[in-house]
Amino acid sequence: MNFTQAFKLAVTSLRTSKMRALLTMLGIIIGVGAVIVIISLGNGLTGMVEQQVEKVGVTQIYAYTWGMGDGSTGNITPDEMYAFTDSHPELFDGITPWVTGGQGVRSGSEEYKKTNIYGVSEAMYRPQTGTTLDGDRLEKGRYLQYVDIATRNSVCVVGAYVEQVILGGDAIGRTIAIGGVPYTVVGVLAQENDTLTEGGGDDQVFIPYPNAMSLSGTGYVSLYQLTATSRDAVAEAQALLLAFLQDFYHDEAGEQVYNWYYAQSMLDQVNQINALMGIAMAVLVAIAGISLLVGGIGIMNIMLVSVTERTREIGIRKSLGAKQRDIRRQFIIEAGTTSAIGGLLGIAFGCLLAVGIGTIFGGMLVQSMGASGITFNATPTLGAILVSFGVSVGIGVLFGYLPANKAARLNPIDALRYD
Amino acid sequence: MEHLIELRDIYKIYPMGAEEVHALDGVSLTVDQGEFVAIVGQSGSGKSTAMNIIGCLDVPTSGTYRLGGVDVSTMDDDQQAEIRNKMLGFIFQQYNLIPKLTVQENVELPLLYAGVSPEERRERAIQSLERVGLAEKGRNLPSQLSGGQQQRVSIARALAGRPSVILADEPTGALDSRTGREVLSFLQKLNREGDTVILITHDNSIAVKARRIVRLQDGHIIYDGDAKDPRAVVRPGENGEEEAEA
Repeated sequence: MNFTQAFKLAVTSLRTSKMRALLTMLGIIIGVGAVIVIISLGNGLTGMVEQQVEKVGVTQIYAYTWGMGDGSTGNITPDEMYAFTDSHPELFDGITPWVTGGQGVRSGSEEYKKTNIYGVSEAMYRPQTGTTLDGDRLEKGRYLQYVDIATRNSVCVVGAYVEQVILGGDAIGRTIAIGGVPYTVVGVLAQENDTLTEGGGDDQVFIPYPNAMSLSGTGYVSLYQLTATSRDAVAEAQALLLAFLQDFYHDEAGEQVYNWYYAQSMLDQVNQINALMGIAMAVLVAIAGISLLVGGIGIMNIMLVSVTERTREIGIRKSLGAKQRDIRRQFIIEAGTTSAIGGLLGIAFGCLLAVGIGTIFGGMLVQSMGASGITFNATPTLGAILVSFGVSVGIGVLFGYLPANKAARLNPIDALRYD
Repeated sequence: MEHLIELRDIYKIYPMGAEEVHALDGVSLTVDQGEFVAIVGQSGSGKSTAMNIIGCLDVPTSGTYRLGGVDVSTMDDDQQAEIRNKMLGFIFQQYNLIPKLTVQENVELPLLYAGVSPEERRERAIQSLERVGLAEKGRNLPSQLSGGQQQRVSIARALAGRPSVILADEPTGALDSRTGREVLSFLQKLNREGDTVILITHDNSIAVKARRIVRLQDGHIIYDGDAKDPRAVVRPGENGEEEAEA
C-alpha cells in the first residue's frame, strides 16, 4: 500500500468527522500557534534592540579610567589614549574623551544654571549616520571638528532647549557665555524630548574636551568612548584596550590593579540582552511545548478510539492480504496527517496572532521608548515555521505509533467477527 | 497428482477452562482445481474453523495444510497475508465492503496490497465489475447499492486478485431468497468458467447447488461425496441430538 493511497484515506477519514478532527488537532494548533507567536515577538524584540544599537553604534567601546581615585598620580592622559588608538588604525576609528564640564551658561544678562556642559572630541559625531554616538541627530550647522579640538576653539553644539528657550530662535552663529568665555554656536541637535525642560535632555552644550577640562579644573578624563572599525573588530579592539590599560595601571610592586579601570563594549551589552531574551524565549517555548505534548496525547487517544471503531475494516483489509506493516503505515500516516494539518492551521493562526499582537504591542513599545526610526516587526522566521511543522508531524507519527501497532497486531478472525 | 487443497489430519484444539474443545478433530480433505464444494454443518460442527484454516486466517494445532503445493500450516501472520492475497478470494455473509471507499476502490484493495500499479488496478477492477454486471456502479459508495449488488461487488473484489480458490462463507445469509439464488447461480457460473469454489453453509438447500458436499459434525467429516447423493443431505442420527443442540 503506497503513501498517496494512505494519505488520501487519511484525508477522507478526517473529512467524514470534521468536528472530531478539529478537536483532536486543537492541542497541536494551540501549541504550534504559541511557539510561532513567541518566536515572532522574540524576533521583533531582538530586531528592535538591534536597530537601537545600530543607531547608537554597535562598535562603541567605553573605557572607564578612575586611576587611583584621587586623580593625581598614575593616570592615563588623553594624549596617551589618542596615541594608543592611533597606533591601531585597523581596529579603532576614533576616540572621544567624555568630560563633564559642569553646569551653567549665560546669554546676555540671563543665567541658566542647569544647562549641562560636556567636553567631547570630533569622534563623537558619525557623519555616515548624521548622529552623535548618543544617537542625537544633528539638525543644522556642523559638529565639532578636529581643528576645533586641536586649537581649543571656542565653539559649541547646543541642544534644542538652548536654541529655542535660551537663545529664542535660530542659534547658528550666535554666542553664549560658558565660564565667562563666549562660545559661538556652530551646530544644533534635533529635539529629543516632547517638551523642553530646563536641565533636561535638550538642555545641553557640547564643547571641545580640552576646554571642558580646564573649565572643571581636572587634568584627567575618567570616561572615553572609542569606536571600533567594524562589528567584527570590537572583540579584538576591546581585548587590546584592556591589555593596554592593564599594562598601564599597576602598583609600585608591578602588580596590576584591576579596579582602577574598566572597559565595556556596546556589543557586550547587546549580547547580554540577547542572551537573556534567548533564555526567556526558550522557557516560553518549553511551556508551549507542553501543549504540543498534550496535543500528541490527544491524537494518540483518538487514534486508539479509531482503531477500535475500525476493527472490522482492519479485519477486511487483513483478509484481503494487508500485512502488519501495511496497516501500521496506514494509521501512522493518518495520525501524521492529522497533526500536520493541525500544525499548518497552528502556523497560520500563530502568524496572524503575531502580526496582530506585534501591531498593537509593538506600536506601544516603540512609542514608550521614544526612539524615532525604530520599528517593531513581529514576523516568524522561515526556519521557525519549518521546525514547527516538522515537530507537529513528528508528534503525530510518534503518538500514532502505539495505536497503529495495536491495529497491525489485530487477529484477522477476531477483527472480522467484530461488530 | 498434486491437489489444490490438501488437509491432512488437521486438529484445532481450543483450551476452554480446564477442558479442551476439539473444533476440528482429525480432518483430512482434498479439493482439486475446478471443483465446487460445499462444506455443510450445524453451528459448532467445526465448519467455521475449517473455513478459517482453509482461508489461511488461522493455523491448525496439528496436521498439515498444503495449498497449491505449499505448506501453509506453520506460516506467520505476514506470510499468511501474502498467501491470502495471492491465492484466496473471500466472499462474506456481511459483504464486508469498506463503507468509506467507492465500489471500485473496494474492488482494487487486494490488488493494492499485491503492489499492482494504479493503471492495472483500475483496469482489472473494471473487468471484475463487468463480470458481475456492475461496471457502471464503480464510483458509487457501497451504501448506495442494494444488498444483492453489494454481494456482487464483494464477488468482484474476490475475483480481482485472480485467486486459485474462492471461499464463500454463508454468501446468501443476509439476502432474500431471490437474490440469494442469483448469487448462487453466479457462483455456479464462475465454477463452470473454471474457478474453484468452496461454499460454507449450514443450509442444505444451498449446499445442494454445489457439486460435492462435505458434511462436518463435531469436528469430524461424516459425509464427503456427490451433492446429488441422498445421503448428502440426510444426516445420520437424524433430528434428535442436533435440534436439541440448536
